[in-house]
Amino acid sequence: MSGRSRPWGAVPDRPALALRNLSKRFGDVPAVDGVDLEVRQGEFITLLGPSGSGKTTTLRMIAGFTLQSGGTIEIDGVDMGHVPPYRRDVGMVFQNYALFPHMTAAENIAFPLQMRRVGRPEIRRRVADALALVKLEGLGERYPRQLSGGQQQRIAFARAVVFNPRLLLMDEPLGALDKKLREALQLEVMHISRQLGATVVYVTHDQDEALVMSDRIAIFSKGRIEQLGTGEDLYDRPASLFVADFIGESNILRGRFEPAGDGGWLVRGPWRWQVGAAAAARASLGGGAAAALVVRPERLRIVGADDTGAGPAVVVNAVEATVRDVLYLGSMRKFELVLPDGTAAVVRQQRGGGAHERRPGDQVRLTWAVDDGVLVADPHG
Amino acid sequence: MTDSWRQPRRLLLLALGALTVFFLMAPTLVVVPMSITASNALTFPPEGFSIRWYEKMLTDPQWSNGFVHSAQVASLTAVLATVLGTLAALGTVRGRFPGKSAVNALVLSPLIVPVIIIAIGMFSLFVRYKITGSILGLVLAHTALAVPFVVINVATSLRTIDRNLELAAMNLGADPLRTFRRVTLPLILPGVLAGGLFAFITSWDEVVVSIFLTSARFRTLPVEMWEQVRQVVDPTVAAVATTLLAVTTSLLLLVLVVRRQAPAR
Repeated sequence: MSGRSRPWGAVPDRPALALRNLSKRFGDVPAVDGVDLEVRQGEFITLLGPSGSGKTTTLRMIAGFTLQSGGTIEIDGVDMGHVPPYRRDVGMVFQNYALFPHMTAAENIAFPLQMRRVGRPEIRRRVADALALVKLEGLGERYPRQLSGGQQQRIAFARAVVFNPRLLLMDEPLGALDKKLREALQLEVMHISRQLGATVVYVTHDQDEALVMSDRIAIFSKGRIEQLGTGEDLYDRPASLFVADFIGESNILRGRFEPAGDGGWLVRGPWRWQVGAAAAARASLGGGAAAALVVRPERLRIVGADDTGAGPAVVVNAVEATVRDVLYLGSMRKFELVLPDGTAAVVRQQRGGGAHERRPGDQVRLTWAVDDGVLVADPHG
Repeated sequence: MTDSWRQPRRLLLLALGALTVFFLMAPTLVVVPMSITASNALTFPPEGFSIRWYEKMLTDPQWSNGFVHSAQVASLTAVLATVLGTLAALGTVRGRFPGKSAVNALVLSPLIVPVIIIAIGMFSLFVRYKITGSILGLVLAHTALAVPFVVINVATSLRTIDRNLELAAMNLGADPLRTFRRVTLPLILPGVLAGGLFAFITSWDEVVVSIFLTSARFRTLPVEMWEQVRQVVDPTVAAVATTLLAVTTSLLLLVLVVRRQAPAR
């Protein structure tokens, strides 16, 4: 590579990728509807969402396979929106690998280097390095059909990084593999990307995969980014009911919001639950707005029906419930309950935590610290 | 137990199959024994054994010229039809433009339009440009007849290859031309070769259009046979027919072999 010896992520002051108001319509249907996203150099960002949410279309626009209907795409500070895919210098790993069946693994990896007119000795050296990187030394002479699914995906990965692209795009690359292999490769892809300092945009619909691998996650819904943040942000502070529902398990209590002081109350029929000041500030809802209180299953405690549950230090909310099922999940115990109005609830407890044995049919109370409740708007309320 | 009545049914089926094959093949294969007859007349069954008709075929300039002309026309037709047909297939399968299905129908129309109509049309057009009785005119006419076979074969190949392979090539830095040369073409090559062989065969045994577009000085083999059969019925025709049949059959077998070499996935 004579012309460009830029190592990965050498320009930390510029975003590696900037999407501004990016949109794509197919006929009258908006597939991507005004996406704004900045990816830092060396960052691993995941586009996560259900199928049809626009994440793959966004990726294809970044790669240049699909022309955007509006907005801009900047890679390393350069407007790439109308540059053909073969001049974008972006590597891509496809879900079905897309290895060239008439070339050996080594020829596949050499392909991007040949296209860049790299000299033969250097190609040989870099192909060997890339094969070593994905731990497939010695399999270079095999054809794709002679390799297992996991091996094919490693070759596809090696082919996408061997030319030090500005960006590495991955479109559900592990979707076709079985669970065990997928988990092993998640860690491997993450470690190699870090080692190379690669900027990665990763598409998946598997939330566990997103949480394990990503620096930040963009949750897609209906062509828009619903929330952008670290896995912890999304889990502990979901900004909408959609995100709360999509990431992890949630208990969702619907009602109307009543502001009071810094915080407020969520009111539903006979119940009033307190909303913390921080949660109320984040949601910034008006009085009387349809709202929902989200509490994660491990934040709920089960106490006896007659126990007010009030600890001395923390303010708690409470609601009555009936135990329906108790599931043993190894180190965890999962309780499925139902509130008097029919709302389902779920509680997770570490085993051996000294909790009372509960059986299906038991009347109990669920309590949680006020600060563990997250307030979001309820669009269906 | 059930075998006792199944056996006769199976035999009946076999007999019927054999009869069908016989009816299909016999009229074609009858020329083979006729070509090795020792007598001067075109008769069946042959009398005696001789290869003198093959000798005559190779030494008589009328016949040997016919061979050379047919081979020339068929080879040029195969090359031209393969190039044009492959491009047309790429356009109609991959391209997006208004009137695409109309273009596709037009390209395939020589398969449907009666050959005699094509022959008359081409003759009246080529007379105007004075290319009747020339190799150029015949190659152009045969190419029009052969292009649909190439288009069908190549289009089928194109539809079976994964579009992501071409996207991957572009993503890795190959412009459209290099994507075609390094990825698309190698993957559709069996279809291209099969199309080319069909194009060769189409021209090799074409007679209707050729009768219109050849002249006494420039005849292809099938036209020469047509002329000879109408005048002298001499067993050389059977020898030539056998040779034509052998070439066509070998090429068709070659098509089967080439199609086996389908891309790995």
